[in-house]
Amino acid sequence: MNAIIISALMGVLLMFTSIATKNKQVIKNIALVALLFLLICNIADTYNWWSIKVDTKNMFVFTKFGYFFNSIAIATTLIFVALSGNDIIKIGNYAAEYLVLMFFVLCGIAILSSFNNLLMMFLGIEIMSIPLYILTGADKKNLKSNEAALKYFLMGSFSTGILLMGIALLYGTNGSFDIQQVMPSQELIKHAPLLEVIGLVLIFSAMLFKISAAPFHFWAPDVYDGSPSVFSSFMMTIVKAAGFIALINLFFYKAESLAHLWRILLFVVIITTLVIGNITAVFQQSVKRMMAYSSIAQAGFMLFALYATNDTAKEGILFYAAAYSLATIGIFAVLARMDDYTLEGYNGLAKTQPMLAFVNAVCLLSLAGIPLTAGFFAKYYMLAAVIKTGSTVGIVLTIIGVLFAAVSAYYYFRVIQAMYFKEGNSKVDNVTPSFKYALLVLAVLVIFFGITPDTLISWFYF
Amino acid sequence: MISVLLILIPLIAGIASFLIKGNNLHKQWAVLASLAALVVSLLGICGSSISLNYDANWIPTFGSRFSTKIDGMSQILCLLTAISYPLIFISTYKNEYKNARSFYGLMLLSQAGLMGVFVASDALLFYFFWELTLIPLYFLCSKYGGDRRIAVTFKFFVYTFVGSLLMLIGIVYLYYKTPHHSFALADFYALKLSIKEQGFIFWLFFIAFAIKMPIFPFHTWQPEAYEETSTAVTMVLSAVLVKMGLFAVIRWVVPIFPDAVTHNAPIIITLCVISMLYASLLAVKQDNFKRMIAYSSIVHMALMCASIFAMNNIALKGVMIQMFNHGINMLGLWIVADAIEQKTGTIKFSELGGLAQKAPALAILFFIMALANVALPLTNAFVGEFLMFSGLFQYNVYASSLALLSIILAAVYTLNMMQKVFYGNTLPATENTTEVKRNVQFSLAVLSIIIIVLGVYPSPLINLTKDTVLFIIGK
Repeated sequence: MNAIIISALMGVLLMFTSIATKNKQVIKNIALVALLFLLICNIADTYNWWSIKVDTKNMFVFTKFGYFFNSIAIATTLIFVALSGNDIIKIGNYAAEYLVLMFFVLCGIAILSSFNNLLMMFLGIEIMSIPLYILTGADKKNLKSNEAALKYFLMGSFSTGILLMGIALLYGTNGSFDIQQVMPSQELIKHAPLLEVIGLVLIFSAMLFKISAAPFHFWAPDVYDGSPSVFSSFMMTIVKAAGFIALINLFFYKAESLAHLWRILLFVVIITTLVIGNITAVFQQSVKRMMAYSSIAQAGFMLFALYATNDTAKEGILFYAAAYSLATIGIFAVLARMDDYTLEGYNGLAKTQPMLAFVNAVCLLSLAGIPLTAGFFAKYYMLAAVIKTGSTVGIVLTIIGVLFAAVSAYYYFRVIQAMYFKEGNSKVDNVTPSFKYALLVLAVLVIFFGITPDTLISWFYF
Repeated sequence: MISVLLILIPLIAGIASFLIKGNNLHKQWAVLASLAALVVSLLGICGSSISLNYDANWIPTFGSRFSTKIDGMSQILCLLTAISYPLIFISTYKNEYKNARSFYGLMLLSQAGLMGVFVASDALLFYFFWELTLIPLYFLCSKYGGDRRIAVTFKFFVYTFVGSLLMLIGIVYLYYKTPHHSFALADFYALKLSIKEQGFIFWLFFIAFAIKMPIFPFHTWQPEAYEETSTAVTMVLSAVLVKMGLFAVIRWVVPIFPDAVTHNAPIIITLCVISMLYASLLAVKQDNFKRMIAYSSIVHMALMCASIFAMNNIALKGVMIQMFNHGINMLGLWIVADAIEQKTGTIKFSELGGLAQKAPALAILFFIMALANVALPLTNAFVGEFLMFSGLFQYNVYASSLALLSIILAAVYTLNMMQKVFYGNTLPATENTTEVKRNVQFSLAVLSIIIIVLGVYPSPLINLTKDTVLFIIGK
């Protein structure tokens, strides 16, 4: 309960800092301390050292899995603010508000990682999404940012409507919001009323929207491309991962009984997501837009965990979330300070800024899933989880998956080629030594988890 | 411990190379480091008191260990790697590279990766090194070389990357088949897979290795890559890297999927014979020194691959010693190619001629390399190819007779090249050539000695193959 309550509380408190001081740096530093405090509180909760106890009437079930995801989300947000904090406060006049909204997003994420009740899930998704609509439009004078915000808001509300419809149908057939009672078991699924099946599919579709899986991905490229670069990286990583955690919480209870129903559905969804994300990313000239499509493609890979629904998948999605977030945050930290973030803009970065190019290369290799980086073990986990199910369809799925992983290498390596092998005069603004060293730490983390993933995984034993 | 040293020396030296400042310092550093690795490798073969293998926990959650196993075949390939690198560094000592620090650093890192591949006995570790070799080479190939290098290297990268990912699926599949979920080579060997499973997983592995070798129809990356990349890197590719594919088939495919190997042998041997004849004919038609060597390399690799699948004692022995010999011969040919390119600025046969008058030492040394490439008796390649052909003959007369045609064609294109480049009248490009430098002569002389010694007295090498052959065929 710590993470939920304290993140909301911190958010409210932080709002007042903008009254107390006009110095944006101070506000940023306070936010960093608050995030660190939040992380410590969550860890204290994980190991039962200290926790706020509230009788939730079984609307929440706190598991190690949920706690670990909270820790990962808070820790990556901490790294994110530490790296890109200066870009966040530069976007507009309301530095404190942007940071506050991120705390509310974290509150929503904490709810999503531990809900046991459809109402709570709905609340979590809304608490997470509404601040994001605002953050997307944070750059008020930029037309693209406004367009993105409006698009995101309209589409988001639409998916919320679908989600509510699904919840209502499930409630109508079962008379309960409790997940254990709502999810049908093996025998029941065959005789389940049509309305219940429709309800499940509607909830599933609404969640697919949140994680930008095809065919509900159309908002993603425009929104990620339009919103300020710093916030796109936040949305692509931590928020998207939270969507996956919600899906897993929702569907893992009766995984076995539902498997045969949704694996057909998932098979189609995964393949379309991989095809659309990867193939479209190949044709992008802007690195930011390419990353938007690549994030759709990565969602396709993360869906493998949902397909597999076993312990390996659960561990894997946590590892994937951490690895993917670290890499994407690193790339966007540099991208946000580039003069020109088309591919040509990256030409010759290795000459002008060798350190930034190196970190970028490590992050891109990680996204491509090359060994020695965290991304390799993330991909490994997803493949292993699906192969563990032992079905032939699963193996076919992994083969299709790796073929698209090779396609993804194509567009990630194009950036590396631009940085290292092409002549050019790439310019990056405001490269301070502290920024460089923070990036280097990130790259070291990516490599460290790539060599000894155990340091991260050994926590996960829940 | 030897195996760990073989990996660690180039790895640490490679990382250190990025930090060294100074002009010629990294060259000396790289030569020194690679010589140190050579000494360790020789110590391993001579049977010093230091233990060969090493075993430690790596990722306990997956049951993956940092464990190595050196058998005779690993010894041969480690030795080949260890000999190649110092010779590459010495023979290209005078070449200037922009950003030399990273050039030598990446070269040494690739050596660490190669050594890792040859000693790893844990599938995940093996996969790790397999990919690790690729990354420094990707950067090396894209950074140094001809105009089309970036696109060509990328083709090479994507090909091998697809292959390795397919192999990863196979590895994970086998992992879940082992009783206690482990990646250990011994546990993989102990698996009893059904014929249907074998047939499926076999291809996942084999495609990865076939791309690396490369055999028809996966070979298209190779001639272009050899032609475009800088010669020092090409030497690594053709002398050592392609051996990874053959090595992996013997260690990771044949003992694990015995039924699939016998079942698929006719298909694969057919593919190999096709690639031998096809590449030989292409080699005859080339006007480009580098492309010709590239095609001739495909011929030899395909012969070795076919011999593995003949699955008999003689052929397998032949493959193992030929892996070493082929590496040595390729190295020699590329050193000559590089020397000619540095001297005359061209590698087209039509623009070269009469080099023997200008550079007699080079001509004599090259003559030995050329004879070895044709596998003439008294050269090292003769022993290997003789064993392989007799093994292949036992398996299937027709296949081996067709394959034998490639030897005739080899004589055609090699001697033709010899004649065009070194004899005849000098042409404008070769008019002002002088004798090659001492460092090139030295490395070619070392290679010639190895060629002749192993041609006359191959038994030390054959003895090394005994334990591996016994294990594979005995099984």
